[in-house]
Amino acid sequence: MSAAATADYEMVVGLEVHVQLKTRTKAFCACSADFGAPPNTNVCPVCLALPGALPVLNRHAVELALRAALALECKVNETSVFARKNYFYPDLPKGYQISQYDRPLAEKGWLTIGELDEHTPVRVGITRVHMEEDAGKSVHDRYPGATAIDLNRAGVPLIEIVSEPDMRSAAEAGAYLRLLKQILSYAGVSDVSMEEGSLRVDANVSARIRGTTKLGTKTEVKNMNSFSAVERALDSEFARQVELLRGGGTVQQQTMLWHGTKGETRPSRSKEESHDYRYFPEPDLPPLVLDMEWVGRVGREIPELPDARRKRMAEEFKLSAADAELLTASAGMSEYFEAVARASLDPKAALNWVMGEVSAAINAAGVTIDQFAVRPADLGELLRMVRDDVLSHTAAKRVFARMVETGKPPAQVAAEEGLQKIGDDSALVGWIDEVLRENPAEATRYRNGETKLQGVLVGLVMKKSKGRADPRKVNQLLPERARS
Amino acid sequence: MKPPPRAPDLARKLLAQPLTECVACVREGGALPSDLVSAAFDRADDVGAGRESLNIFLATDRVRATESAKELTALIGRAEAPGNLAGAPVAVKDNIATLHMPTTCGSKVLEGYVSPYEATVVRRLRANGAVIIGKTNMDEFAMGSSTENSAYGPTRNPVDIRRVPGGSSGGSAAAVAAGIVRLALGSETGGSVRQPASFCGIVGVKPTYGRVSRYGLVAFGSSLDQVGVLGRSVEDTAIGLEVIAGCDQLDSTSADVPVPRYELEKNARLDGLVIGKPKEYYPEGLDPRVAERCERALDAFRELGAEVRDVSLPHTSYSIPVYYVVAPAEASSNLARFDGVRYGLRVASESGLTGMYEATRARGFGPEVTRRVMLGTYVLSAGYYDAYYKKAQSVRTLIAQDFRDVFLSGVDVLFTPTTPTPAFELGAVKDPYEMYLSDIFTASANLAGVPAISVPIGTASGLPIGGQIIAGHFEESAMFRAAFGLERALAGKALPGEGSA
Ligand SMILES: [Zn+2]
Repeated sequence: MSAAATADYEMVVGLEVHVQLKTRTKAFCACSADFGAPPNTNVCPVCLALPGALPVLNRHAVELALRAALALECKVNETSVFARKNYFYPDLPKGYQISQYDRPLAEKGWLTIGELDEHTPVRVGITRVHMEEDAGKSVHDRYPGATAIDLNRAGVPLIEIVSEPDMRSAAEAGAYLRLLKQILSYAGVSDVSMEEGSLRVDANVSARIRGTTKLGTKTEVKNMNSFSAVERALDSEFARQVELLRGGGTVQQQTMLWHGTKGETRPSRSKEESHDYRYFPEPDLPPLVLDMEWVGRVGREIPELPDARRKRMAEEFKLSAADAELLTASAGMSEYFEAVARASLDPKAALNWVMGEVSAAINAAGVTIDQFAVRPADLGELLRMVRDDVLSHTAAKRVFARMVETGKPPAQVAAEEGLQKIGDDSALVGWIDEVLRENPAEATRYRNGETKLQGVLVGLVMKKSKGRADPRKVNQLLPERARS
Repeated sequence: MKPPPRAPDLARKLLAQPLTECVACVREGGALPSDLVSAAFDRADDVGAGRESLNIFLATDRVRATESAKELTALIGRAEAPGNLAGAPVAVKDNIATLHMPTTCGSKVLEGYVSPYEATVVRRLRANGAVIIGKTNMDEFAMGSSTENSAYGPTRNPVDIRRVPGGSSGGSAAAVAAGIVRLALGSETGGSVRQPASFCGIVGVKPTYGRVSRYGLVAFGSSLDQVGVLGRSVEDTAIGLEVIAGCDQLDSTSADVPVPRYELEKNARLDGLVIGKPKEYYPEGLDPRVAERCERALDAFRELGAEVRDVSLPHTSYSIPVYYVVAPAEASSNLARFDGVRYGLRVASESGLTGMYEATRARGFGPEVTRRVMLGTYVLSAGYYDAYYKKAQSVRTLIAQDFRDVFLSGVDVLFTPTTPTPAFELGAVKDPYEMYLSDIFTASANLAGVPAISVPIGTASGLPIGGQIIAGHFEESAMFRAAFGLERALAGKALPGEGSA
């Protein structure tokens, strides 16, 4: 269906985002919350739901959930209540999920997207942020004819962030998700990785005739594994709804699954939408009553958020708005840049190196900036060596390549590789004389006043010295050697 | 000169003595804990505790009990403190998690299930020198008032084998009443310790909600459940409660309130104590034998110097309806984990996962459990939640407020009958609702979270009758004080024609 065919309709989107909190232990027991352990090893009576076991709330999980809520400008409820969401599933050991229902941790927040584009900024309301626990994992393809259950993930702390239906296009939904991810990552709340499952998105979407205010019937779209999949799924589901409405049909409230390979949404076969979860207050946990002074402290201790950092960096390091946005796209990258800029005393060089060499190197190695072998202090030192003429730019690139491989500091690498600039006159004179001898035609033209050949000759000297010659000195020495 | 008693004879005698004497003798090296274990098992044989007769235990472990007894002896030999229950054989209700012995909750769904961890109360018992000799029979998942709902057959009342011991802690009550142990743990949701204590002629305590850790107590109605203590005397139960009480990091609903020593002064009077007599607990149709014994108990209180005051708890009549909404609602959720996936019974089915769930739970749960799970599921369902669960919770706050008001008005404790009638015969109560009315005088204390104790106040035709003392939140000291006074005043005051219970 073409864009023109949907032009008289407007898309209305609200998103439900589940985010895994970056705690050491699970939400209600002392088991490790780490990924990747052998199946059913991070388990105990509580998260296995053995008879008689009881949950105990993880304070750090509350702190991270609060950070998220405050970073999203939410009003924190002094008293919130855990509730049981009851349903049977093999990877849900208790037969209910501990969640929050009618009294969530925080409500009524917002974030603003599109501030840096030419679009008018869009303010998206956050309906609520509540805490809950994850379920385990069902593995269907491991043993023929049987389902295996891994409960390592059962009880890992999550927050659910529910937005208002304030987005009007797939692109806005994408921008919301990217900004949300950025904020949560900056605030240190979560690893926010869709690949690792620490961020999951469900979308509520409806269509209405442009200019009307009444919301249409919505469907819930699930099973998207990337932000771009969310955008494609929304466009596809919107088009499906518009086609229905145009044909005089009605949209049914139901759950749709995104089939990425087919590029379409299809009704979920599960009867999930007819579930009655029989929520009621969790009697094993008293209401969560927060010390508001502590909440204030948690708020004050939130690390700098992307917006503030963008503005500060642009000003402090004299960056263009575009560069500042690029740099602050990830918290790790912007922190890395800032450290390099401070260590090198040369923000401009730091910018070029971080956006160029560093980005290329981590992409090539497939690592994150936190895992990158070259520490920002070492890169700063390397840039200082260039600035102080200890290393040529060419040599610096070779030193950097070795640093990426070995993690050694630049001075050590330069010494080991013999890459420090050679400013010793006798060595330089030797190379210059050789170049003049080997290129008699150019030498003659240069002597006869063709000064533009100076660059060519200096280049040849640099090449002969394998980049070690100090180009400034070669430039000085060349005219006098040519005359002699 | 008399020869010193043979060790087993001494142990048998000690088993019939107050806990303090038994424990003192063990601590001074006068008796071996292993002799007490043998005496308990011998007594169990003598009274016919086995399946074919009283059917008190679902599991016993004589070998391990003897081993722990020997460890205690070694401890005493090294002059290390063996604790306030040193050497005392103790029985534990089968819904409290113990290592080594199964924890079945009287249900087929947990047949053979052995917990890999131990309940906090059991750890505290062991740390204080108690020796766990067995797990006691109970109504399945503590749902019942007669122990007839056990999947492993009913327990019988040692006082009269044709009658029920009450429930759901019927096995624990019978173990104490039969003289096998001085002390047993039970659990309460709506009267499951006090009612069987009353039926068996012993003492049963339900502490304040939050006084005792629930960690390891298999949940029935989480907001009502408390571990309770059954014993031969008020003093024994006070010692037992002191051992198991106290805040526990593993139970977020356990209260951080200091546990006092329950000092019980012999021959102490009750001058100044105000005892409330709530009219709602003395209805017109109350069994005259029960009413008469209660009046006698109130007279005894007056003789001790206490003032008896007529009071009212106006919302009492709602307690059974409220209880039978709240408890099944929580139970329907608490019992969802028995799904055949991870432990316990699994019944395979041709029709996949749902079939397995249905077959497992249909075969695993008995009729009363099924009834309550269905009831609980219903009252939590969309469209019914407000009318039932939410309504019940708001009435529950009114019931709790009744108690707060009466205690704020200057009343120290309340005195009521524990049950409307003495123990009934097995099979006599067939209508579930009639059975539910067994808890009519006890359920309010669970709904309000206040502590209560049942003490024997006499018998009728040889059948024990219990009186209940209810106190304010964390006021167990006042409750024990009144109960201790009453117990001593009634001792040796048998009415003409009344047998000794
Ligand atoms: Zn765990």
